Amino acid sequence: MSGNPINPSVVDPVVEAALAAIAATLDIASLRAARGATVGEQSEISKLNATLKNMPNEFKAEAGAIIGAARGRLNQAFAAREAELAAVEEQAKLVAEAVDVTAAPTKLAIGGRHPLSLLMDQISDVFVGMGWEIAEGPEVESEWFNFDALNFDADHPARAMQDTFFVDPVESHLVLRTHTSPVQVRSLLERELPVYVLCPGRVFRTDELDATHTPVFHQVEGLAIDKGLTMADLRGTLEHFARIMFGPEAQIRLRPSFFPFTEPSAELDVWHPNAKGGARWVEWGGCGMVNPNVLKAAGIDPEVYQGFAFGMGIERTLMFRNGVLDMHDMVESDIRFSQQFGVSL
Amino acid sequence: MKVPLSWLAEYVDLPANATPDSVMAELVKVGLEEEGSHGFEVSGPLVVGEVLEFTPEPQSNGKTIRWCQVQVAPGDVRGIVCGASNFEVGDKVVVCLPGAVLPGNFEIAARSTYGHISDGMMASGRELGLSDDHDGILRLGVMGLDPEVGTDALELLSLKDSAAEVNVTPDRGYCFSIRGIAREYAHATGVDFKDPIGNAQPELGHGFVVKIDDPSGIRGKLGCDRFVARHVVGVDATRPTPPWMVARLKLAGMRSISLVVDITNYVMLELGQPIHAYDFDKLTGGITVRRAKAGEKLVTLDGQTRKLDAEDLLITDESGPIGLAGIMGGEATEVTNTTVNVLIEAAHFDPVTIARSARRHKLGSEASKRYERGVDTNVAEYAAARVVQLLELHAGGSADSLGADVNQVTPTAPIFLPLEFTTSLVGVDYAQEQITSVLSDIGCVVAQVDGGFEVIAPSWRPDITHKTDLAEEIARISGYQHIPSRLPVAPPGRGLTLRQRQRRQALSALVGSGHTEVLTYPFVSEEENSWFTAGLPSVKLANALQEESSQMRLRILPGLIAAAKRNLSRGLTDIAIFEEGSVFLPAKKITATNPLPSGIERPSVETLAALQSTIPAQPKHLAILLTGDRVKQQTNVSAAAYDYSDAIEAARAVARAIGVELELKSAAPKGFHPGRTAELLLDGKHVGFAGELDPKLASDNDISRRVSVAEIDLEVLYAAATGVRQATPIMVMPAATQDLSLLVEAELPAATLQATIVEGAGELLEQIRLIEDYRGSNIPEGKKSLTFALRFRAEDRTLTQVEATESRDRAVALAHERFGAIIRA
Repeated sequence: MSGNPINPSVVDPVVEAALAAIAATLDIASLRAARGATVGEQSEISKLNATLKNMPNEFKAEAGAIIGAARGRLNQAFAAREAELAAVEEQAKLVAEAVDVTAAPTKLAIGGRHPLSLLMDQISDVFVGMGWEIAEGPEVESEWFNFDALNFDADHPARAMQDTFFVDPVESHLVLRTHTSPVQVRSLLERELPVYVLCPGRVFRTDELDATHTPVFHQVEGLAIDKGLTMADLRGTLEHFARIMFGPEAQIRLRPSFFPFTEPSAELDVWHPNAKGGARWVEWGGCGMVNPNVLKAAGIDPEVYQGFAFGMGIERTLMFRNGVLDMHDMVESDIRFSQQFGVSL
Repeated sequence: MKVPLSWLAEYVDLPANATPDSVMAELVKVGLEEEGSHGFEVSGPLVVGEVLEFTPEPQSNGKTIRWCQVQVAPGDVRGIVCGASNFEVGDKVVVCLPGAVLPGNFEIAARSTYGHISDGMMASGRELGLSDDHDGILRLGVMGLDPEVGTDALELLSLKDSAAEVNVTPDRGYCFSIRGIAREYAHATGVDFKDPIGNAQPELGHGFVVKIDDPSGIRGKLGCDRFVARHVVGVDATRPTPPWMVARLKLAGMRSISLVVDITNYVMLELGQPIHAYDFDKLTGGITVRRAKAGEKLVTLDGQTRKLDAEDLLITDESGPIGLAGIMGGEATEVTNTTVNVLIEAAHFDPVTIARSARRHKLGSEASKRYERGVDTNVAEYAAARVVQLLELHAGGSADSLGADVNQVTPTAPIFLPLEFTTSLVGVDYAQEQITSVLSDIGCVVAQVDGGFEVIAPSWRPDITHKTDLAEEIARISGYQHIPSRLPVAPPGRGLTLRQRQRRQALSALVGSGHTEVLTYPFVSEEENSWFTAGLPSVKLANALQEESSQMRLRILPGLIAAAKRNLSRGLTDIAIFEEGSVFLPAKKITATNPLPSGIERPSVETLAALQSTIPAQPKHLAILLTGDRVKQQTNVSAAAYDYSDAIEAARAVARAIGVELELKSAAPKGFHPGRTAELLLDGKHVGFAGELDPKLASDNDISRRVSVAEIDLEVLYAAATGVRQATPIMVMPAATQDLSLLVEAELPAATLQATIVEGAGELLEQIRLIEDYRGSNIPEGKKSLTFALRFRAEDRTLTQVEATESRDRAVALAHERFGAIIRA
């Protein structure tokens, strides 16, 4: 159909010019200005559109379609350019916001568990994993639980083996527990058989503080009373424990010894495969089969039940396991000591 | 026990190259743990020299030295400067030639001194490590020696010997003797043991009256059940102790004192039987062993006057007490240089009697150490005979027939050892022959009976009284290395208890928010215990290491203050520490209690309850201390100091970790800042305090910055927390938010107003937060404006602002009614 004043040859150059103007915009503001100039009321395309109403009817439909298509192209171009420019601006903004992340400030102080308390928790978890339970008891303890019930005769020199802090007056028969073994007695008195418990805790002896001694220290003690337990079960338990603490190559060695509350008694050495300065045997603790007198003190028939007990110092374990050289570091509350371990050993 | 190897070698064959270390390595297998090795630390050349001549040369420092010519070998005369003046021309002496090394790594060299070249040194007893004698040089003639010039002095004086020291556990009294150690060495290595007491029955004296008068004993045991006495006449007590004996005593840790005393000590070390020697001529009549009477006194060998107790067992003669049995002899009957006739005592005393007396008189001796642990009941006559032999050999004495042997030893009861018992305890399948062989080896008499063995323990093993003791011996001698490994299966456990989990959660919460756990000693001074409490009874130690830390803590905070002080003194500036642990809170002053029940059976319920009631309460507390900066000055970050609110927040974090919520109330407890401290409550129950430390207390402890602290009683939190928490459904309808500013009296606690708003607003109020406390312009004097951010939400519908406003207005109305609060536009 010829003669239509609105035809591609008229509209196309307008559209091309408008597209060029859109493409030439560099930011959202100039794009908005370009929108006014190219599709606003004063724009060429609007002017062409304004001619429609005076146009002969036979041309109107075609002309309207041509202009509509042109507007459609322009709007699409605007949208596309707008998205492009927005992305560029967003990018520029992010670039402008850049900081030196390596200088990120610290707003939360560093915390840390004390490694002794952490180690006791860790050891507890080993035994909880084996079905044992964790037992606790008082630190100011009756001599009966600390000594008498553990087969320490009042007049036997073994009672003096452990340099004891006595509560004033001495006739109160109260002491600062010298070991966690009174918790064994309490467990036997309070729990139903069989008993498999681990007793971690703080203990006291009248040693002056030096590089390897402290009057306040920690122990973990294990006790298993059941039918048919033998020293083989003791060895098996200690081996398992040692491997978890010191690695799969760890071994244990038992040497004859004496403790009033166990018989047979043994000193326990551990082969520490990852010791500082090379793998070696390290004295770790004491152990043995629970003395029948201890069972009797708890009202248990030693002809029916028997079992084993073992104990080791937490400080000592931490020293050779984690390379702590001096006891002072463990007792002086220097926060740097706890913080170096954080929450894991 | 220190064991000279030459001595040990008399009773067991030691390898030619045996060293203290190699001997200890064997002994540890049977339970005698290594303690260390000892020697004289002397190496040659040390030779016998003869003083040919000397010239005294006075020095400007007032000393007179002697310039000596000493022959040290045929044709070898050395010039030696000597400071001592106790020797004569012709004396044989010990010469340390250049190249010799004396204790303390003291190397001898020819050196220029006092105008001479001194080509060696003449040694004193102390310089050789043989004695404490430094009054002059050793004169071999005085020691009873007349060796050839040039003789090796190391050999002559037994200075090449060395000793192994092992730790003897309290059940092994017999190992406080060479005899016992030799026996154990034989067990460890399988070599033959030659018993030093031999096989021959020794002679016994008779006619000397010894009575044992102890009708009631202690714990039913006679104080003395064996008393052997022998009489030796014509002793020359001034003779020197042979050098080999001096050396062995020295290596065994005992000083040479005098010949007679040395011999008694020597025999004690050899056989484990303590011996006492009396100057016979100072005794009055026969001997009676009895308990002390009220008011009796005894001057012991150490010159101390001992007030005796009715339980003390005494050796007495007609003059009264002459010795504290088994512990120490009396001064009046002591052997001296002028003693000619000696009465030897070799007795067996009850361990309990000796232990109690030694403890009572704070008088442990080599003798009491052995008696407390049990001495062989059958060695006394052999030991007495051995003393006689040595006195005859070295002191020129001779025994006559006078003596005594009172023997009231109870025969050892046999023990029944069931066949399978050892295996069922140790887990090793021991053959019958193995059991009988081990038990015979250790000296038991073993008879096979129906179902097991009947075993009589040897006289030197009073510790063996039960079948378990026998099982231990079988396991020990057979070797623990044979015990197999088996992991027992415990019944299914319940895991950590709720309380144990809560403790860990609380500690983790604090660590996660930047706090560091410390563990302080629970020992404090009386003053420190008064910082935070008043009038509370405390646990005091009877034997504290230091007087200033002789009480058990009532609160943890004093320990944390000391810890903070130490950290600050080490240049650290920002401290956020906490400790969880026991405090010790006796209900009343601690007093004497009834004697303890026996440990041989389960006490009755009542007895156990009574026992338990004597033990002070020891609740677990948790204390927190903060000082310095919470946030440090950094790039684009300003510093923020810890303040009272951080302490409160930490306490709240602990409570939340345990599963409970704390309430706050303004408080002014002892030790805290009276205007910046909150009492922490849980359902109205006191939990503790949190806030700022009394600044005076901080400055008294050299802490310059403000200190914020909290201490809470975890027991209250544990008791309140329930194990399983029930879920609240999450409401998902849109919320309406409003801010509310109320003008109230300045003193009204924000928490009180907030609680009132919550109460007034009703269930639509989902969350409330105080966002501002404003005082100043536009606010009347004595008032404040508190602004809260409120969030309302309904369970079932979108809440309109109108509904939210209605709810808010109800809150305002209640606050107005209670506190005159008015909305501030």
